[in-house]
Amino acid sequence: MKTDPAGVLTGAHYLDGDYACGEGAMAAGCRFVAGYPITPSTEVVERISRRFPFMGGTFIQMEDELASMAAIVGASWTGTKSMTVTSGPGFSLMMENIGLAAMMEAPCVVVNVQRGGPSTGLPTMVGQQDVMQARWGSHGDYRIIALCPQSPQESFDLVIDAFNLAELYRVPVLFMMDECVGHMTEKVIIPEADQIEIVPRRLTKKDPADYLPYQTNGELIPEFARAGDGYKFHTTGLTHDERGYPVMSAACQKQNVQRLIDKIKLNEEQIIRFEAEAIEGADIVVLSYGITARVARMGIELARKQGIKIGVIRLIVLWPFPENYIRQLAGNIKAFVVPEINAGQMVLEVERCAAGQCRAVSVPHLGGGVHNPEDIAQAIVEAAQ
Amino acid sequence: MNPKREVIGQTSIRSKVHPVPFAPPRGEGPPPVADEHPLAAYLRMDRIPHIWCPTCGIGIAVKCLAEALDVLQLDTNKVAVVSGIGCTGRVAGYMKLDGFHSTHGRAIPFATGLKLGRPELKVVVFSGDGDLSGIGGNHFIHAARRNMDLMVVLVNNFIYGMTGGQNAPTTPVTAKTSTMPFGNFEHPFNLPALAAGCGADYVARWTTLHVRRLTRSFKEALNRRGFRFIEVIAPCSTLYARLNKLGTGYDLMEFYHNNTEIKNGADPQTVDIGFQGKIICGRFVDSERPTYLDMMKQHYTKVLGDKFVPMPEEGGLIWPPGEKPTTPAAKATAEVREPEEVTHG
Ligand SMILES: Cc1ncc(C[n+]2csc(CCOP(=O)(O)OP(=O)(O)O)c2C)c(N)n1
Ligand code: SF4
Ligand SMILES: [Mg+2]
Repeated sequence: MKTDPAGVLTGAHYLDGDYACGEGAMAAGCRFVAGYPITPSTEVVERISRRFPFMGGTFIQMEDELASMAAIVGASWTGTKSMTVTSGPGFSLMMENIGLAAMMEAPCVVVNVQRGGPSTGLPTMVGQQDVMQARWGSHGDYRIIALCPQSPQESFDLVIDAFNLAELYRVPVLFMMDECVGHMTEKVIIPEADQIEIVPRRLTKKDPADYLPYQTNGELIPEFARAGDGYKFHTTGLTHDERGYPVMSAACQKQNVQRLIDKIKLNEEQIIRFEAEAIEGADIVVLSYGITARVARMGIELARKQGIKIGVIRLIVLWPFPENYIRQLAGNIKAFVVPEINAGQMVLEVERCAAGQCRAVSVPHLGGGVHNPEDIAQAIVEAAQ
Repeated sequence: MNPKREVIGQTSIRSKVHPVPFAPPRGEGPPPVADEHPLAAYLRMDRIPHIWCPTCGIGIAVKCLAEALDVLQLDTNKVAVVSGIGCTGRVAGYMKLDGFHSTHGRAIPFATGLKLGRPELKVVVFSGDGDLSGIGGNHFIHAARRNMDLMVVLVNNFIYGMTGGQNAPTTPVTAKTSTMPFGNFEHPFNLPALAAGCGADYVARWTTLHVRRLTRSFKEALNRRGFRFIEVIAPCSTLYARLNKLGTGYDLMEFYHNNTEIKNGADPQTVDIGFQGKIICGRFVDSERPTYLDMMKQHYTKVLGDKFVPMPEEGGLIWPPGEKPTTPAAKATAEVREPEEVTHG
């Protein structure tokens, strides 16, 4: 379905990643945003609060991030596409209700413009230290989808995908931008509204008497009923059956939670997205994401001058991770080299998937700036020996 | 005749022997007077029996809300109830409404999203004292400050019931709780004063003994907008009453009977509650401050004029072409207003 033109600022713009993210959300049909100011993410909501009153959208600055996240889960149940925006400390506060959104299967988008941590860390400077938190941050077992853009243009395009994936799989989608991309200003082309495909909420057509909120009839994703449409349904963060009623038993836990996992796991092939280049015949494959993928380019060029055959993978979807692809590739190469602006997080996943077939070399950088490309080149050279 | 039945049927609330109250007689007994609970339409009967203990007060508050909905004949398709976590937090799961059982302390912000995402909804928050004034206290004061269009029912049993009787921000000084085994020494909240001080539009307090007045407050609040706060003092028989050797919920009801004073319009600052002290009830605040949504609409209309596009009453969902229902949803069920009553005693 085509999007509502009211939210689409068609044209060529010069925008930073934060503004582009805000424009992308509005273009995707987002009409409710709750947030709490935090550097380096605030520009996203500043952009939105300036434009929402003209398109029937509501922005509310909540009292904290706990409230912001709870509010977008509530708004999601009205069918209104909803988003919140934050950075590390606020992301930590949102964790419990990200789990609630996962458990209730309330589609929503959470933007985290990552800065250096832990704690208050480096408020104005880059980090990529929250990528494991995105995967595992809320307690219990569940699956989410996490995306990571490398440029303002991609921030615009990908946040639309984030909303669409949230609708398709009824999950919270975590948009893991980093400060560099958020504050980097580049050309952003916003297409016409009729070029923007959006996924509408999958509303049930059943009669209220026949509707059960978590009945899937063997499928993985239940049909949605909005609050206020007469379905009088119940939903809870407790382990629940098809009626949405709490059932405290191991059997119900298995059926409920396994489906939350399976709906992402069994659809991985549809969700996973990455760029791969020069993989054929490569000895070394550099895997990175976000701003680091752009910095790594230079390191790769430097190392190629020494005759090393280097393949490149840039993750666009961080979670689910391209496990099968990495596992197969690992048998054909000498090593993965994984630069990231943290002490080595995604490299753990690469190492797990490589399963001993090749090395996984971490190129850590603790945040506050990007890598020196020469460090990446050196890591590649060492890995190739 | 079943002798137990006779005790239950007494009109006096005093019951010296405490036969397991409300336990239906097994086997023989008088035939039921009705096939269905008269308020069954408002309850999830498929979830009864509920989890609450005998003589717990939460069920009484639920019944009063169901009755208020019934008397007003509101379109219940457009009424949602949101709870946090706790014994009271289970209310959202027992009412036949769109019911949301959220996380501990977050019922108010969850409800805020629900209301702003579809402004035509009437959203009722129903949760415990610990949930709304402890872990959720920050949301409570800010929702009151904004005069957010929410009706908030707080069941105050002076304790954390669900987790086994720990100290709450409402526990009176010297009352015993499992984490203040020698008696509480922290100052508790005076919740009506807190709500009023933050700007709530409507503030009332009743005990579960005052079912008619509580129901009336619910009716008044359902028919209004803005932040409406109703505190319901209720017995927690299993924990608060037991830890403090106060008998059962029956005895606490008797205590309410003998120790409450109704003072409509009382200054909220004067209504704090001491351990087994006098409980002042009534409707303390009844004002007409513009609500959050009023303020937003008025302000944007003033500064942006025709260019302002408010969130549609039925929400901001973008419909696939041709799928938007052509008949406007059952919005027509206008609010039925109760005739104004003169006294509130
Ligand atoms: C984040 C979090 N912390 C703690 C708990 C445990 N917990 C569940 S209910 C509750 C207290 C509820 O007290 P109150 O709101 O007064 O409800 P009552 O049971 O008395 O009705 C607590 C602490 C939780 N569920 N979540
Ligand atoms: S523990 Fe207390 S509050 Fe909870 S159901 Fe029992 S009596 Fe009610
Ligand atoms: Mg309590």
